[in-house]
Amino acid sequence: MGLTKFEIAKRISKELQNGYYVNLGIGIPTLISNYIPDNISVIMQSENGLLGMGPFPNKDNVDSDLINAGKETVTTLDGSSLFSSAESFAMIRRGRVNLTVLGAMEVSQYGDIANWKIPGKMVKGMGGAMDLVASAKNIIVAMMHTNKKGESKLLTKCSLPITGIKCVKKIVTNLAVIDIENEQFILKERAPGVSVGEIIAATEGELLVPDSVPEMDI
Amino acid sequence: MNKIFKNAKDTIFDVKNNATIMLGGFGLCGIPENLISALVAKNITGLTCISNNAGVDDFGIGLLLKTRQVKKMISSYVGENSEFERQLLNGELEVDLIPQGTLAERCRAAGAGIPAFYTPAGVGTEVAKNKEIKIFNGKEYLMELAFESDFAFVKAWKGDAIGNLIYRGTARNFNPMMATAGKITIAEVEELVPVGSLDPNTIHTPGIYVDRVFEGKNYEKRIEKITTQ
Repeated sequence: MGLTKFEIAKRISKELQNGYYVNLGIGIPTLISNYIPDNISVIMQSENGLLGMGPFPNKDNVDSDLINAGKETVTTLDGSSLFSSAESFAMIRRGRVNLTVLGAMEVSQYGDIANWKIPGKMVKGMGGAMDLVASAKNIIVAMMHTNKKGESKLLTKCSLPITGIKCVKKIVTNLAVIDIENEQFILKERAPGVSVGEIIAATEGELLVPDSVPEMDI
Repeated sequence: MNKIFKNAKDTIFDVKNNATIMLGGFGLCGIPENLISALVAKNITGLTCISNNAGVDDFGIGLLLKTRQVKKMISSYVGENSEFERQLLNGELEVDLIPQGTLAERCRAAGAGIPAFYTPAGVGTEVAKNKEIKIFNGKEYLMELAFESDFAFVKAWKGDAIGNLIYRGTARNFNPMMATAGKITIAEVEELVPVGSLDPNTIHTPGIYVDRVFEGKNYEKRIEKITTQ
């Protein structure tokens, strides 16, 4: 129901502004680079140590020394720079990265995010997510509205171990665009063909629904 | 001055069981392949490894996990390694998971003579447990300590006899900070070049930090995810 993951990425691409430095997490966020509007220029940061990340290479110029934070082979562009991981996180903590988009298992109405651990089941680690959410000024979460069991991922309180507190400002799911303000979710847009009632039913946390909720422009 | 050793085996002559070792690399990119193989061959056990990742099942630090030579991993992301996950969930392996930027900075601090620093990463999470919290300008920060390690194993693209190093691409990652941080730093390089042939303007790690250097052999430089257009 609602948007595909590609359409979620496309909707988030509308949040990009000219001159932004952007860090995209693994999964849906990575897809956003396919939808950057032609009239703006943004620079992608890869937290292992690359600014100005280019597209995937052609078969002939795959370079094992050039990967992104998802460990995929990438390319550099005119104007790219390479640096250490310490420098990479220095620029992140310094607040120079304008937008961070990442996936999540749960988000609370307070803007808390959980995306790194399921106790007893999955222990992959937080990677750079804790540093990013603690420092980025503008954090958008890209995720499905519910989990595989059909349970809401937009909660009053996260049940999984937290990655960061009070940091998420906007969530784009397959069903809706939701902002977080004053410790509650605010419904801003609904996916084409999705009713406000369906969004309310899929949202466990406190959701403010304005009188009019426009349909997303995809 | 000559810091050149013949091979990986010779450079690790004094690495003992239960050593703490930093290993450069992000994923399989920029990892000290020859030094890892030498640790496997010598069967040094009880290791504490400080490394962003834990390799994959049959490459990188995964090779040391398979042979049960690792007692503890200090990393930020350990996915993609099923043997690791199995040992961890069975309680056979100690693991300390640390935010990536904090991991990098704890290496940098160790190499810069700074015993501790404050970072916002991990505030309000289980990472903050038992850590000092201090408020600067109304925002909370955690105190994090510099790492202590017996050895740092790094991998560079080019190096010379006095230990000057240049990395290539994103294979730089954790290598420069770790190179500064080991009590003893061992660098393996793809190409050992004569002193004077590296442009001083382009050196990433000044030789003062490096104790031993050797030219590695048979680099596989495996790619974890080959992605093309």
